Amino acid sequence: MLELKNISFSVREDGMTKEIIRNVSMTIPDEKLVVITGPNGGGKSTLARLIAGIEKPTEGKIFLNGEDITEKSITERARMGIGFAFQQPVRFKGIQVLDLIRLATGKHLAVADACEYLSAVGLCAKDYIDREVNSSLSGGELKRIEIATVLAKASVLSVFDEPEAGIDLWSFQNLIQVFEDMRKHIAGSSILVISHQERILNIADEIIVLKDGQLITHGSRDEVLPQLSGDTTAVAGCCRLGGLAELRELKGEDFRC
Amino acid sequence: MLKLTETQIKMLEEIANLHHTPEGAYNIRTNGESAGRASTENIKITSKEDVSGIDIRIKPGTKDETVYIPVVISETGMKEVVYNDFYIGEGADVTIVAGCGIDNCGAHDSEHDGVHRFFVGKNAVCRYVEKHYGSGVGTGKRILNPVTEVYQEENSYMEMEMVQIKGVDDTDRRTVAELAAGAKMVVRERLMTHDDQRAISLYDVKLNGDDSSADVVSRSVARDNSYQKFDATVVGNAACSGHTECDSIIMDKGTILAVPGLEANNVDAELVHEAAIGKIAGDQLMKLMTLGLTEQEAEEQIINGFLK
Ligand SMILES: Nc1ncnc2c1ncn2[C@@H]1O[C@H](COP(=O)(O)OP(=O)(O)O)[C@@H](O)[C@H]1O
Ligand SMILES: [Mg+2]
Repeated sequence: MLELKNISFSVREDGMTKEIIRNVSMTIPDEKLVVITGPNGGGKSTLARLIAGIEKPTEGKIFLNGEDITEKSITERARMGIGFAFQQPVRFKGIQVLDLIRLATGKHLAVADACEYLSAVGLCAKDYIDREVNSSLSGGELKRIEIATVLAKASVLSVFDEPEAGIDLWSFQNLIQVFEDMRKHIAGSSILVISHQERILNIADEIIVLKDGQLITHGSRDEVLPQLSGDTTAVAGCCRLGGLAELRELKGEDFRC
Repeated sequence: MLKLTETQIKMLEEIANLHHTPEGAYNIRTNGESAGRASTENIKITSKEDVSGIDIRIKPGTKDETVYIPVVISETGMKEVVYNDFYIGEGADVTIVAGCGIDNCGAHDSEHDGVHRFFVGKNAVCRYVEKHYGSGVGTGKRILNPVTEVYQEENSYMEMEMVQIKGVDDTDRRTVAELAAGAKMVVRERLMTHDDQRAISLYDVKLNGDDSSADVVSRSVARDNSYQKFDATVVGNAACSGHTECDSIIMDKGTILAVPGLEANNVDAELVHEAAIGKIAGDQLMKLMTLGLTEQEAEEQIINGFLK
């Protein structure tokens, strides 16, 4: 269980204080898949980075299974069981996919076992296992490898920042499958996904809406989904910023952005 | 079996990946003397008369043979200049594994200056692998100053892989090449310097024939107080293409100087130089730390990958 208590995060920019996260409190319960959605620039990635320890909150505290981890480093949090798939995965010259998967598991994994993680994200393992994680990979390939490393890490809390970004429609089916499978095998862990995708929202146990750095809504899927599609202002906000377009289409409603 | 000390055997593994006496042609030089030599039907190795060194003559058309010519120095204060000439016959296709290891446990500087000349015949293919390595706890320096000259005839191909990862205090490498029509040269250099080491690598590649090409790429890491200079000049004298690249990671108080040099003397010469120097990217460290590595472990992984 992850708890954020009154988390705020601000940065100094041009001599001004810019508030990016404003007094956010939330709980990610055990064995739940929670999706955070909301307009671009709303602070979702920042929140994920705060959870992973890449940024430190200006105010507030973070607890993992009751333990205060606010001052813990990225490494310590990773070892305590937090996994994080970046919105924009990092490229490395010379490091191979196999190396990354092995580092993620912390074991000298057999090649065949490493390949399973690639297959799970819909990559033909033998074509990718030896590839370098460099600029020769497309954005979509990189994104799926990023997801594979987080699967391989087998965390207590896995955070995925817009896993669908840059993934084509065909692979998207496969991606949904990945999260459905994770949901099925969630025992002993929880999953936090930042997403705009209807189909990911549809498998959420809970949905959180974050906007302008503030938590707007947090409830079960059945409570929040109707609000998202029905509330014109929410949809307009999302349309303006490129989110939930698919949702609109699937609902067959005609919102003009 | 060759008579080698424990240290020398370890060195040979390090620099030439040799675990036993090589098959085929070889010349193993230890502390200024030949510890073992073999020629084959196609590859003849003979000592030079006038100076220290050997001639390696490879018959035209020789296919898939490998020559090992590693050098090990394990005596402190040893200084030598060695001249090796390689004659690679027309249409041959061979691999040459060189490499030099210095183990210096004493107070005097040890130095090996190898002067290699390659005469690559028409249509010949040559892969040259050279690894430099230093070890030993002595205060004496480990110094390597290789000079390499490459003369490539029409449509020949020369690939050079040069690696220096650890323990060499001072190195001044000079590589010059002249390429005739259709000849192609590929150089991959990997270098890491640490402590107070100094490494200079200078290339001067002349593309003299039409359709000749050169691709010289250096990847390097400078740690601690070390200094590196990469100075690559490609001269296009014909309708040719040349590319040089220096990609470096700088750490601690290291210094890296990359000097691009392109000279086009023909309107159809296409020459490109790229150079990038920077510290390890913060997001690379962060990604590996989110997998549970410490910052130091993450750094090591990134560097090992970069120099792989
Ligand atoms: N370190 C930072 N310095 C300045 N501005 C930042 C920083 N991190 C995030 N921001 C800004 O905070 C806002 C929220 O960003 P982000 O968390 O990436 O939103 P989202 O993921 O919801 O699209 C954006 O306006 C972004 O430019
Ligand atoms: Mg984001």
